[in-house]
Amino acid sequence: MEPHYSLVYVFLFYLFGVIALASALTFVTRKSPVAAALWLVNTMFSLAALYVMLDAQFVGVMQVLVYAGAIMVVFLFVVMLLNLGHPSELAAARGTGWKLAAGLIGLALLSEIMVIARTKLPEQLIVPRDFNEQQLQKLNVVGMIAEPLFKDYLLAFELTSVLLLVAITGAVVLGRGRAAGAR
Amino acid sequence: MLAESLALTAALFIIGVIGVLIHRNAIIIFMCVELMLTAVNLTFVAFSRFYGTAGQVFVVFVMTVSAAEAAVGLAIIIAIFRHRQTINLKDINLLKG
Repeated sequence: MEPHYSLVYVFLFYLFGVIALASALTFVTRKSPVAAALWLVNTMFSLAALYVMLDAQFVGVMQVLVYAGAIMVVFLFVVMLLNLGHPSELAAARGTGWKLAAGLIGLALLSEIMVIARTKLPEQLIVPRDFNEQQLQKLNVVGMIAEPLFKDYLLAFELTSVLLLVAITGAVVLGRGRAAGAR
Repeated sequence: MLAESLALTAALFIIGVIGVLIHRNAIIIFMCVELMLTAVNLTFVAFSRFYGTAGQVFVVFVMTVSAAEAAVGLAIIIAIFRHRQTINLKDINLLKG
């Protein structure tokens, strides 16, 4: 079912995968929010590289701009605003029992996902092998996303604007504080 | 590369779950949630090679939702910090019986 990949492609795929995994592991073991945020940015970058390798160039660019750029900068702004940059004490992390329980739950979820991954894909939904390449040739990198987005998923796209409006309003109302409140 | 992508997704998602469980810093927990959302995006992109470009459209939606979620969540964290002067979840247990 899968096309044949060159050795360089496979090597790079594994390289970025290992970088993403290692950065994520380093991220989750950091105690300082700033260090954690920067390791998470590293994970996001390597995932963007994987997206490009999986024929999703536009999504890769969005990943760098939106996740690594906008969202992580907002996180760092909040860390800076609340002056939380110094690493929290040992008491901030949960005890050994919690860590053990977290590890067990993680193992259970991992084995569950590995079992699910072995089931067969529904054949009737599968598109021809070079479908994405054809779309890419026909519609360009952005058009490949834009055509289904503005035709098949137009309603969802419009609803997204409502979601963003609600989020903006909510963030402003919550962040405004008491001083500028109605009193 | 589908199997490798799915395995990587599973690993990243579980790292996110473990992070949510072991940390007590609200901001780091938020970042773990972002990691889980990103891991799911990788599944969408990997499957879009077999099921057409609709998967990539869904990635755009997931990114929008996670951006909105980050904005509202961080505003909530700032509001809590104003009240309690802490974002350590151990100290924020008003709703605990």
